[in-house]
Amino acid sequence: MSFDALVPSAIDGLMLGFVYGLAAMGLTLIFGVMRVINLSHGPVIALGMYVVYVLFTGVGVNPYIGLIAALVIGLAFGIAVYLVAVDRVIDQPELTTLLATFSVNLMIIGIATAVFTTTPRAVDISLGSVGTGNVTILGTHVVAVVVAMVVAATLYAFLFRSRIGKSIRAVANNRAAAELMGIDSRRMLALSFGIGTALAMLSGGLLATLFAFTPLSGGTYEVKSFVIVVLGGLGNPSGALIGGIVLGLLEGVSTVVIPVSWVPVFEYAIFILILLVRPSGLFGSRT
Amino acid sequence: MIRYRIPFLPVVAVIIAAVAALPIVIGSPSLREELFLVFMLVTLASSINIIMGYTGYVSFGHIVFFGLGGYFAFYLMQVQGWHFLFALIASAFPASLIALLIGIPILRLRGAYFALATVGINEAMRTAINNFEPFGGAVGMFFNFSIYLQYGGAKSAAVLAYYTMVLIAIATIGTSYAIKRSKFGLSLMAIREDQDVAMVVGIDPARAKVTAYVISSFFPALAGATFFFKNGIIEPGHAFDLIRSIESLVMVVLGGIGTVAGPIVGAAVYEWLRSFLITSSALANFQLFLAGLLLLVVVLFVKSGLVGWLRNRFPMLRSYIP
Repeated sequence: MSFDALVPSAIDGLMLGFVYGLAAMGLTLIFGVMRVINLSHGPVIALGMYVVYVLFTGVGVNPYIGLIAALVIGLAFGIAVYLVAVDRVIDQPELTTLLATFSVNLMIIGIATAVFTTTPRAVDISLGSVGTGNVTILGTHVVAVVVAMVVAATLYAFLFRSRIGKSIRAVANNRAAAELMGIDSRRMLALSFGIGTALAMLSGGLLATLFAFTPLSGGTYEVKSFVIVVLGGLGNPSGALIGGIVLGLLEGVSTVVIPVSWVPVFEYAIFILILLVRPSGLFGSRT
Repeated sequence: MIRYRIPFLPVVAVIIAAVAALPIVIGSPSLREELFLVFMLVTLASSINIIMGYTGYVSFGHIVFFGLGGYFAFYLMQVQGWHFLFALIASAFPASLIALLIGIPILRLRGAYFALATVGINEAMRTAINNFEPFGGAVGMFFNFSIYLQYGGAKSAAVLAYYTMVLIAIATIGTSYAIKRSKFGLSLMAIREDQDVAMVVGIDPARAKVTAYVISSFFPALAGATFFFKNGIIEPGHAFDLIRSIESLVMVVLGGIGTVAGPIVGAAVYEWLRSFLITSSALANFQLFLAGLLLLVVVLFVKSGLVGWLRNRFPMLRSYIP
C-alpha cells in the first residue's frame, strides 16, 4: 500500500460519495415522511440515466440540461407512482408497501429492458481535467459534486424555510395532527414521493455522465443507498448526504488497503452492524 | 347432522404424489423439469410463509439459506466425494445453525429494519463467498461429469433429484401445517398480531421467533442442495439471487399469506404464468412488466391472495383449506 495511491483514490471516492448521498436522500426522504421503503428506487435511478442518455444522443441536449428534465420527469413520475401504487396501501404494514413498490420496480425494469435492451450505454462527455502530480480530478466529477451540493442545500432550504416544506415535515412528524392543522396530508405524501423520486432520477442522470450503464444498473446503487440510509439514520436527509460521503470515502480508501472484491463484504458487514447496534444511524439520537 | 371432515394433509399429499407421478407416467422429461422447479418454489414459498405469514417478519433475503445449503452440499459432493443423499442431509444442519446465530440478533429488529437486515445478510454472504477460495470464489464450482456415474448417469441423477425435491416439498407442507395447528403456531400468530401482548400472556417472543426462523431456513437449504446437485454448477450470483428471494415473497402473497395452501397455489400459479409469458412470442419482452402489474393488482385489491379470497368468499371452505 502506498500513500501515492491512497490520496487520489480517496478523493475519487469522496466525490463519488456526494452522488451516492444524493440518491440516498431520495430514499430516506420517502421513508422519513411515510415509513415506506421504496423498492422502485434502483430502477428509477436507471430511468434518470436513460432520460439524460436519450436527450443527449437523440436530440443532442447537453447532459447537464438533461438533468433538469430528469428532475421534472422524476417529480411527475413519482407523484404518479404514489397515487397509483402507494396511496391505497399507505396505512398498511411494511410488507404491503414493500411489495407495492417492488411491483413498480418490476414494471420499470420490464419496460426498460424491452425498450433499451441490456446493452451497456454511456453518455460520452468530457470536461477535461485538472491535476497536480498524481492527483487528477475529472471535470465531470467536479460538476457532479457541485450539483449534488446545490441540490442538497436547496432541499434543506425547501424543507426548513418554505411553507410546503414545513407542511411535509409536519406530516412526517404526526399525520393526524398535521391534518387537524388544515394540511392536506395526501397531497404532501404524493409531493414527497415525487421529490424522492426526482432526487433518485437526478443522481441517476449524474451517474450517467460518469459510468456506463444498463437498465439493471440501478440495483447496485439501490443497495448502496440502503447502506447509506442506515449509516445516516433512516429518514434523515442530511444524514444521508453525510452517509454517502462516508461510504464513498470508505470505498476509495479501502480499495487501496484491501482487495477490491472484499470491499462490498466490508460494506455489508458495517451495514448489518449499524442496524443491530445503532438503528438510528451514526448521527441519529440514541433511542 | 354429522360433519365429515376431509383431512387436509393426506389429500394434499395424494394430489402432490399424483401430479409428481405424471411426468414419469407419460414419460416427459420437460414436464419433469418444469415440475421440479414448481416443487422447489413451493418449498421456498412455504418456508418463507412460516416466518413471514405466521410470525409477521418479512425475510427479504431468505434465499441466503438456499444458497448456503447448495454450497455446503456441493462442497461435500465435489471435494469430499460424498453421496448426494448424505451431503443433502449434512448440508441443512449447518445452514440452520447459521440461521440460529443470525436469527438471535436480527430478530430483535422490527418491521422495515428486519427486512433491510436480511437483505444485508444475503448480500454480505454473497460477496463473502465470492472471495472464499475453498468454494471456488467468484467462479464457483462445477461437477466433473463423472460424478453422476455413481447414480447411474446424469439422467437418473436428475430423476433422483426430482423425487428428492417432491419429498422435500411434502415435508415442508407437512411442517407448515403442523405448525399452523400447534400451540407453537398460535404463539407465532400472537406475536404477529401484537408482540407486547403476546409477551404479557406468557409467550417468550425471542425464543418462538428464532425457532420459527431456524425451521424456515432448514427446507430452503435442502432445496438448494438438491437444485445445485442437479444443476452441476454453483456460483454466488445464482445461489444468492435476491430476485428469486423476492419472487418467493410474491408467490406467498399471490396465494394467500399466512395460509398453508396459499404458498402452494401461489408458487404453481406464478411459475405457470411465467413459463406461459416467456414462451409467448408477443409477450416475452413484457414478461417482467406483466408480473409487476399482476403483483400490484393483488397487493392493492386482493390483499388476502387467491386462497384467502376463496376462504372469505366461501366461508364453508375454511375448515377444508387451512
